[in-house]
Amino acid sequence: MTTNIATSRATIPAKPKQSFFSQAKKQKELVLITIPYIIYFFIFNYLPLWGLTMAFQNYKPYRTFWEQEWVGFKHFQKLFSDPAFYRVLRNTLAMSFINLVLGFVTAIAFALLINEIPKQLYGFKRVVQTISYMPHFLSWIIVCGLVSNILSMDDGIINNLLLATGLVKEKIHFLGKPEYFWWIVGFTNVWKSMGWNSIIYLAAITSIDPCLYEAAAIDGYGRFGRMWHITLPGIKSTIIVLLIMNAGWILNAGFEIQYILGSNGLVLDVSETIDIYVLKKGFAGTAGSGFAFGTAAGMFKTVCSAAILITCNKISSWLGEERLV
Amino acid sequence: MKRSVGDKIIDAIIVFFMVLVIIAMLYPMWNTLAVSFNDARDSIKGGIYLWPRKWSLYNYQSVFKTEKVFNAFLISVARTVISTILNVFFSGLLAYVLSHKDFVLRRFTTVFMIMTMYINAGLIPQYFLYRNLGINNTFWVYILPGMVGAFNVIVIRTYINSLPASLSESAKIDGATEMKIYFNIIFPLCLPVLATVALWVAVGAWNDWFTSYIFAPKQSLSTLQYEMMKIISSSMQQGAAQTPDYLQQSQSQQSSMVTPNSLRAAMTIVATVPILIVYPFLQKYFVTVNIGSVKE
Repeated sequence: MTTNIATSRATIPAKPKQSFFSQAKKQKELVLITIPYIIYFFIFNYLPLWGLTMAFQNYKPYRTFWEQEWVGFKHFQKLFSDPAFYRVLRNTLAMSFINLVLGFVTAIAFALLINEIPKQLYGFKRVVQTISYMPHFLSWIIVCGLVSNILSMDDGIINNLLLATGLVKEKIHFLGKPEYFWWIVGFTNVWKSMGWNSIIYLAAITSIDPCLYEAAAIDGYGRFGRMWHITLPGIKSTIIVLLIMNAGWILNAGFEIQYILGSNGLVLDVSETIDIYVLKKGFAGTAGSGFAFGTAAGMFKTVCSAAILITCNKISSWLGEERLV
Repeated sequence: MKRSVGDKIIDAIIVFFMVLVIIAMLYPMWNTLAVSFNDARDSIKGGIYLWPRKWSLYNYQSVFKTEKVFNAFLISVARTVISTILNVFFSGLLAYVLSHKDFVLRRFTTVFMIMTMYINAGLIPQYFLYRNLGINNTFWVYILPGMVGAFNVIVIRTYINSLPASLSESAKIDGATEMKIYFNIIFPLCLPVLATVALWVAVGAWNDWFTSYIFAPKQSLSTLQYEMMKIISSSMQQGAAQTPDYLQQSQSQQSSMVTPNSLRAAMTIVATVPILIVYPFLQKYFVTVNIGSVKE
């Protein structure tokens, strides 16, 4: 019996190390499917990287690549000495920060409150959730149109309400005052994504052990005590991971809302973000004279952004949670 | 558990607060809906909040009678439907291929694909690429760049990995090709996750105006969102120097019937309702997927 096992073990060879090609031959169909994808990603995602060479050239569209004049870091020097660049950087960071903080606080608070809707009102809970997701599906264009309606000087509901309640003496031109702009963007973001962002917290809340709530109730904690001592700690890891991951997008404050709401030209000092700067500089001038500078500015943003993003993902995986990938 | 009086008061406060949230979420769209169904001349007087004062379908009629807007609507529908079908199909196929743990190109392809989420050459190199490919100002610029999404592939692959492997293995023993397994076994089993991805892609395609703005500014390729963008940014600029010509036309020809504001309200509804209709059909799927990805 024992010898039998011994021999049978001996006869089963350790899985032979197959060469790459013999294995690839066996998986011919899979390889054939994959190759077009690799070509596709190469063309649409890697090939444009070649265009980054423009950032180091005095680029002229009518010249071939070999005839271009190389200028080293001239465009970057120009970028770093442009006061407008620091202004758009400030705007980007400020709006990102406001969006991040406001977005997190409201989404978490909303999830906690939804979770507290009594069980008898299940239908009401579903309705609230469904309606709160709705704005997520609207485009920024539509949202900007709605915002400008709401805040409008003639017959906008906010101004009408403020007048009717006597809080203000005369109508406020919200979209024309630089001091309001960041907050309008911040609260529009909240309106658009609060419900949607709360989904992930609600999911985390459902995985909290119900026994904990019962134990806390016996220990004499009230509703808010339970929220504070059970629910919040229960979703703490989700909050931290999402916070770190979203912080990775700090240089992407958005583009569309600032571009459209800023198109009245009254608040450009506070509304323009890096993306708008790249767009305006890149397509400025005649016959592509801005292409090289725009590429340099875009490259600065991409490199910083990727570095921040990778760092943030590293931190969150180091904390033992699932990364984005 | 017995609920105390204090509990009931808190419940009432929460419900009251939620009602406020619902009003804040719904009012802007509801108001637009009311204005769009109200007679344009009557709307000028103001005071339309929740319900039309003088019903009229004329705003919608003039939206759809304007050839440019109708054409933009068709382009929007076409690009959304085609992109969604292609992206779901191709992302799903790659996800299935990458779910083979012993596939020789698995590691390489995965890294090559994930890198595309981090690297981005930026707007201008992208513009040059499309120009060199000859897809600027053609319908292809809406379709080709978005046929596969790295993130979508990862989400679908995670889902496929959670299915029992024996299903595709037994089919393989029976001699089915990989394509057959994908079509007949994996695709039907993955419907929930594919529905989710389809919704992401459809919302993105429907709501996109930037592609038209930069890469396909030709009028015959304009989308609804791009037309909306032109109208809204021109109404933001006080001078209204860039009012799209059909608005000016409608102002001069039928000045008594339609105003830019009412037309804009009707167009907002037309540009929003199709994507909102899709959502309830897919909703039951994607809540489960979202929960799944948290636990992952």
